[in-house]
Amino acid sequence: MGERIGIEVSQAIAEAAMLSNVDVIAAYPITPQTHIVEHLAELVASGELDAEYIPVESEHSAMSACLGAVATGARTFTATAGQGLELMHEVLYVASSMRLPVIMSVANRALSGPLNVWGDQSDLMSVRDTGWIQIVAANGQEAVDNVICAFAIGEDRRVLLPVMVHVDGFYLTHVIEPVIMPDREEVDRFIPPYDYPLPLDTEKPVTMGAFAPPVLYPEAKKAQDVNLRGSMPVILEHWDRFGKAFGRQYGPLEHYRSEGAKTLLLTMGSIGDTASAAVDKMRDEGKDVGLVQLRLWRPFPFAEFRNAVRDADLLVVVDRAISFGGPGGPFCSEVRAALYDEEKRPKVTGFIAGLGGRDITVAGFEDMVARGIEIAETGTDQEYEIYGVRE
Amino acid sequence: MSKKEDEITWKDIEIGAIVTEPGSTAEYKTGDWRSQAPTYNTDRCIKCGICQVFCPEGCVEQDAGGYFIANMYWCKGCGICARECPTGVITMVEETE
Ligand code: SF4
Ligand code: SF4
Repeated sequence: MGERIGIEVSQAIAEAAMLSNVDVIAAYPITPQTHIVEHLAELVASGELDAEYIPVESEHSAMSACLGAVATGARTFTATAGQGLELMHEVLYVASSMRLPVIMSVANRALSGPLNVWGDQSDLMSVRDTGWIQIVAANGQEAVDNVICAFAIGEDRRVLLPVMVHVDGFYLTHVIEPVIMPDREEVDRFIPPYDYPLPLDTEKPVTMGAFAPPVLYPEAKKAQDVNLRGSMPVILEHWDRFGKAFGRQYGPLEHYRSEGAKTLLLTMGSIGDTASAAVDKMRDEGKDVGLVQLRLWRPFPFAEFRNAVRDADLLVVVDRAISFGGPGGPFCSEVRAALYDEEKRPKVTGFIAGLGGRDITVAGFEDMVARGIEIAETGTDQEYEIYGVRE
Repeated sequence: MSKKEDEITWKDIEIGAIVTEPGSTAEYKTGDWRSQAPTYNTDRCIKCGICQVFCPEGCVEQDAGGYFIANMYWCKGCGICARECPTGVITMVEETE
């Protein structure tokens, strides 16, 4: 059984990669991910982690080097944030379409401009369609556990997909939290050996990243989509295995006092902790409010989600990214789309808050719930509201 | 893959669209790209093979009479052979279809 220690979440993530017996790390430092890769570099330099650390000149190179490594059959890890994720953007599609299970921790950060290094989820949303599995951690323990799970999930022969484990920049990366660090032997038992079925091998050459003309490209894309959708039961299976082995059970959604609640707050990531405090306060005041946090963003857990909000009258969705000129925050738009065909569906109100590191307080959540109820009653001509901006 | 490219279904696509069979790009019908085709006045051909050496598709084949002629499945009509032929055998003509 692992030990509960106080540790900075970035360091804990680096140690989770070490416990997962990673072979190759190629990374470029960027705020607020820096402490993750600094600590990995330290662990490799001190000999504690027997892995190849490749310092590269950019994030584009980092992801490219990771693809080469993982294609040889090496367990591969990297981390980035914000602008760095944007710089590796085109290579992200290559990772997923070539079915190369790179595991990456993303310290979520606002995108320029104006230049801002603080946390929001603009970067997470900008890579939504790159074909990666995206898991969003709400605290340090979830980050550690899901880095370990990500290797088991991504490298599973039924999946073979890259996985991002999202942690909110600063809110998680730079705080010291109590975290149970699993034992190396336990993790060894949990993650099966990585055995890529068609590795780069001079004895048995293959062509990776080949050209596909119009007569083949759509077939390749459908195969990729079916594969990502089909990863859902395997993700759940590994989360269940993890729950049995380590006593911490994960699922696509996390419920907090949501049973039978007429109004549900919907969040993703570390703001869920503050939102749960707001729910406690509103419950104490006799308000019928609960919280549902989304942990699995891709593949989107449609069935579990529809089931979780079935009995609610109103959803108050909090996004930490804007889709400029679009139908709302990306989270809210998907919530609406997921419910459109349902016969009985709750009203959905969308708020965009917490951009660029602006804190969302307990009072902020209370405000958004109150405003959501008001909009549900009186209607609005706006698709969404940006909360907490000075007028 | 034993199937022709237009018979391959999404279920036949190898993991990550990896190609496991060497030489499978020979299936690609690059001849579809052609807007001009080489035509030959073989009277002047000295059978030097320069057109074959220069063809970027590698699609120039020698026929039974020893003449060098493009295979239209792959010939993409770039005109390099016509330009390089020392005796002016080859003339590029517009494709009509
Ligand atoms: S036109 Fe181009 S592709 Fe066709 S035979 Fe000549 S050199 Fe080859
Ligand atoms: S280059 Fe001209 S002369 Fe030489 S083989 Fe080809 S067609 Fe004949």
